[in-house]
Amino acid sequence: MKEFGYQRVFDVSGAVALLDADPDARFLGGGTNLVDLMKTGVERPARLVDVRELPLDTVELMRDGGLRIGATVTNSDLAAHPEVRRRYPALAQAVLAGASGQLRNMATVGGNLLQRTRCGYFADVTKPCNKRVPGSGCPAIKGEHHNHAILGASDHCVATHPSDMGVALTAFDAVVSYETADGPGEVPLSWLYLPVGDTPHRETDLPQGALITHVTLPPAPVAANSRYRKVRERASYAFAIGSIAAALDVQDGVVRDVRLAFGAVASRPWRARAAERVLAGAPADAEAFAAAADAELTAARPLPHNGYKVTLMRNLVVAELTRLAEEATR
Amino acid sequence: MTTVTTGTRAVKGSVGTAHTRVEGRDKVTGAARYAGEIPFAELAHGWLVLSTVARGRVRSVDTAPVLGMPGVLSVLHHENAPRVETDYPGLLGSAPDPTVAVFQHDRVPHMGWPVALVVAETSEQAREAAEALVVHYEEEPHDVDFYAGHPDAYAAEGHMPGVTAKGDLEPELAASAVVVDERYTTPEEHHNSMEPHAATARWDGGRLEVVDSNQGTTWVAGELANLFSLDPASVWVRSEHVGGGFGSKGVRPHQVAAVMAATALQRPVRVVMTRRQMFSLAGYRSPTTQQVRLGADADGRLRALDHSSLSLTSTVHEFVEPSAGVARVMYDADAHHTANRIVRLDVPTPTWMRGPGEAPGSFAIESAFDELAEKCALDPIELRVRNEPALGPVSGLPFSGRNLIACFRKGAGRFGWADRDPRPGLRRDGRWLLGTGTAAASFPAGAAPSTAAITAEADGTFTVGINAADIGTGARTALTLIAADALEVAPDHIRVRLGDSDLGPAMIAGGSMGTRSWAWAVTAAAGDLRERLALGDGIPPEGITARSNTTEAIGALAPKERHSFGAQFAEVAVDVTTGEVRVRRMLGVFAAGRIVNPLTARNQLVGGMTWGISMALHEEAVRDRATGGHYGADLAGYHVAAHADVPHIEADWVDDPDPDDPVGIKGIGEVGIVGAAAAIANAVWHATGVRHRNLPIRPDRVLMAGENA
Amino acid sequence: MAPATPSTHSAISLNINGEKRTLSVDHRTTLLDALRERLDMTGTKKGCDQGQCGACTVLLDGRRAVSCLQLAVAAEGREITTIEGMAAGDQLHPVQQAFLDLDGYQCGYCTPGQICSAIAVIEEHAAGWPSAVTDDVRPEAAPPPLSADEIRERMSGNLCRCGAYVSIVEAVARGAAETQAMTSADLPQTEEAAA
Repeated sequence: MKEFGYQRVFDVSGAVALLDADPDARFLGGGTNLVDLMKTGVERPARLVDVRELPLDTVELMRDGGLRIGATVTNSDLAAHPEVRRRYPALAQAVLAGASGQLRNMATVGGNLLQRTRCGYFADVTKPCNKRVPGSGCPAIKGEHHNHAILGASDHCVATHPSDMGVALTAFDAVVSYETADGPGEVPLSWLYLPVGDTPHRETDLPQGALITHVTLPPAPVAANSRYRKVRERASYAFAIGSIAAALDVQDGVVRDVRLAFGAVASRPWRARAAERVLAGAPADAEAFAAAADAELTAARPLPHNGYKVTLMRNLVVAELTRLAEEATR
Repeated sequence: MTTVTTGTRAVKGSVGTAHTRVEGRDKVTGAARYAGEIPFAELAHGWLVLSTVARGRVRSVDTAPVLGMPGVLSVLHHENAPRVETDYPGLLGSAPDPTVAVFQHDRVPHMGWPVALVVAETSEQAREAAEALVVHYEEEPHDVDFYAGHPDAYAAEGHMPGVTAKGDLEPELAASAVVVDERYTTPEEHHNSMEPHAATARWDGGRLEVVDSNQGTTWVAGELANLFSLDPASVWVRSEHVGGGFGSKGVRPHQVAAVMAATALQRPVRVVMTRRQMFSLAGYRSPTTQQVRLGADADGRLRALDHSSLSLTSTVHEFVEPSAGVARVMYDADAHHTANRIVRLDVPTPTWMRGPGEAPGSFAIESAFDELAEKCALDPIELRVRNEPALGPVSGLPFSGRNLIACFRKGAGRFGWADRDPRPGLRRDGRWLLGTGTAAASFPAGAAPSTAAITAEADGTFTVGINAADIGTGARTALTLIAADALEVAPDHIRVRLGDSDLGPAMIAGGSMGTRSWAWAVTAAAGDLRERLALGDGIPPEGITARSNTTEAIGALAPKERHSFGAQFAEVAVDVTTGEVRVRRMLGVFAAGRIVNPLTARNQLVGGMTWGISMALHEEAVRDRATGGHYGADLAGYHVAAHADVPHIEADWVDDPDPDDPVGIKGIGEVGIVGAAAAIANAVWHATGVRHRNLPIRPDRVLMAGENA
Repeated sequence: MAPATPSTHSAISLNINGEKRTLSVDHRTTLLDALRERLDMTGTKKGCDQGQCGACTVLLDGRRAVSCLQLAVAAEGREITTIEGMAAGDQLHPVQQAFLDLDGYQCGYCTPGQICSAIAVIEEHAAGWPSAVTDDVRPEAAPPPLSADEIRERMSGNLCRCGAYVSIVEAVARGAAETQAMTSADLPQTEEAAA
């Protein structure tokens, strides 16, 4: 880890001004990903701008029934918040499924969305990686990839996004607000992450030096009947090999509203819009759920060792929607 | 179970009564200091630099820019490091692994080979300088491919013969009514003790002092004396608290590098491995691929047993994971063949890891036995009863005690085995399919020569000096109880000193032999001391000291098959739609000699079984063929079982004192893991009807097995 | 315009176990290394240095955190509680006592982290925080009892390689019961004092 400067900031404009002035500076939130990456040499910032004490640490219930979540709200506070648990239970479950109690106390909402992939090649500076060193190659494609992407990947990178929180936020149409030295902006979360293409090192649509300030969840009555389910290689404290955020509203046996997003299958939290389209107005039964999953997963391009994810995600869609349908009619 | 806190008065009967750890208070308050935590004035920090190629030569090391960095004191590498000697007999009599002799030549035999040590004033400076150090290599093509039927494999002896053979396999297999012929694999596994390897070395008045984390200071001091050609009396190694070892904490590059740097700089130097470095430097269990052929009559009696195991080692040192050895103890057959083979690849040298040989070997043989039971339509326990040998199947020697069937009977009763429907795939609890499985366990029970000294102090207390290592086994407490009984005093009259090479030679904490070996020496010294105290001359201010050396007594032991045994039971739940496997409960019943401290013994046996869960479901180090290095070499990439993976586990035992041991001890450190993974795999079959012969039983494997069924 | 080279060291003061400690740190120094290498407080352990094992768990402003990923300079102004601050003089914290009595450890290296984590788990549970195994996370649902499964999930960020989880879970359960008993024993007094 190389030496770096450190500044704590207390207002947003000061924070973005500092980053605007120094392209080698990074925002430091909880540090749970950035400090680790600095230790492994993946990140070598010249300056850290500590944003943890910015006044962005509240979750507000909006008049329309949506939520406005400050970027420095910790994962723990988000998961414990009564309005999150009441209105978007899948979001609370997703956050609780991530990392450990210690890490959730430290990690922030903004940092969670901008965390980097846990691909083992990316994290190891002795190995090639197009995301870390553009043009160096992607060894995962012919190497270890049993937990890599099946959707939206490219020949240049097959890494997945590790966030659980982001999957639930994506299902519920979250919008990311940010601040730059040139003023504020916002972008829907499902557009925040750029397609992989041949530029896997360019991960988000945020302008250089932008600071995420809020994540806004629009009201979604369907979200009150939602679940997050995560499958991983030990029972806790591990990244997903496949996860799903699902919300379902059923009336008279027919799907009235549905939200589906997948985790650990793509370079971003994957909104399953093709599946949602198939389900709109369809009967709320296992057959329709399976057809919806298949509609989404026809786009899957599995590698030799991660084809199981297609089966896994199909099974998760059916299992979780079935359970939600039962709960909706109870 | 009643728990007596150490200090309660008792004159006899300390052994066998539950006692909390004598150092417990220090451990729960953070006062216990481990190797990297002892303060030294003028301490410098060394950081190892590891090779980034898997095979080749170091062409040059660009030390100049790094030496100019803040705080950097020195860069040691093959051109400037002190020379060491490696031509001496190591722990088991053979030459030591030359990979501990760092910086002696330009050859790079594997990815992660130490090529330099950067020493600086602070650890932050050392780390940054180590990362900045540019090393130029002449890279050569490497080969890390391990697979069954490797053309370069050869039979090799490790701590046992490579090959044993009696009878003709093929005719017996042909005459068998039932045959099982399957391949089982286990992956590369790493010890990953919670405390990383750490050593601080300094010279003090012509004496080399090393504070280290190891499983035996006698061992480490002896090796350092040999390596640096020093008088053994001038090397002092201490290791008071050790944060786990499991076989990996012997002589490793960090101690040698620390001594080199302390010698070069003439000030104390600490070298601590990072978690990632441990994957290259701390040893590991080789992957195995094992072919098992069993032939039996229709009633399950074995006619043929053939167990052939392949493991790997480095190009520079021969180490064998002797997985085929377990059948030499467990089961007899008219034709009985076992073979341990190895292949040399461009990888680090593997080493002993909890249950070496028995842990992977029992997965194969005990899974195969379950398959045989299925084919014979026999209960798996009954199959084992029918194949219980009277004598060592290969040695022909009598057992010092076996009690395996007693373990199965006690365990079966407690686990509810009698109610089990043997048919697979029938039980369901919501999304989970349920199943139960069993397997046998064994591990050698031995003792090795040790010395001890006990001083009767003038105040009526006793100081026991025994160079044991308490790596979490509870040795300090066990030896307190043993000394208390041997001296017929309460445990609070006993003070045990250990982990200090100046205490004299003693067995390491390894091979499940530590407590028995040390207890023997303590018991012998206590006997001598009591005789002297019986003279009634009073105790002078300096006390009265009696010493023991068990070399002769242990040498006089008659050759026998000496082992601990056990029966493992597991219940699992499997969601075949996601591939998740959860262990719901486990029970192990062991015949493991006299139990010294039931509180810590139960914990240690349960710990072994927890390793079994971890081995069955989680652990797997992945080697990247292209680079020859690991993929995901950290605790996020290499999964060990976490709290949520481990249900309530029970361990119990049958009365089984060893008749040839003064205290009746056998050993419990390793038998707990043996058979545990097989019991779980057998339970997964019972739940789903699918055999999993490749560990770990990952979700993707369960999922695709269901898909292909 | 190139930014001015920032200073790479800072003089800071840390509030540790109620005591103010001042020191100059390299910004790279983690709270873990500051404790262990600068302040000789070695009760907090370094197991992985990557947030993957929990051995370095301390409390920051009363909440558990991994000190290996917490920069010391960024911990200034926060209330830091380490394992050394858990006992009241000679009186062990009930969780420490339970670990000792029930053998909730083996080698002891993960133990300070397990204990710090357990103390926080008990508080998080008492505050009504759900976990990943809580069946219904909605605030209207009854809070889950601190069952063995809840303890296991909540403690999963603390690895124990010796495999002492079974006795650790028992110790956490006993520690929670003792803590609760102490708290309820305190309650009437508090009410009296208030009245």
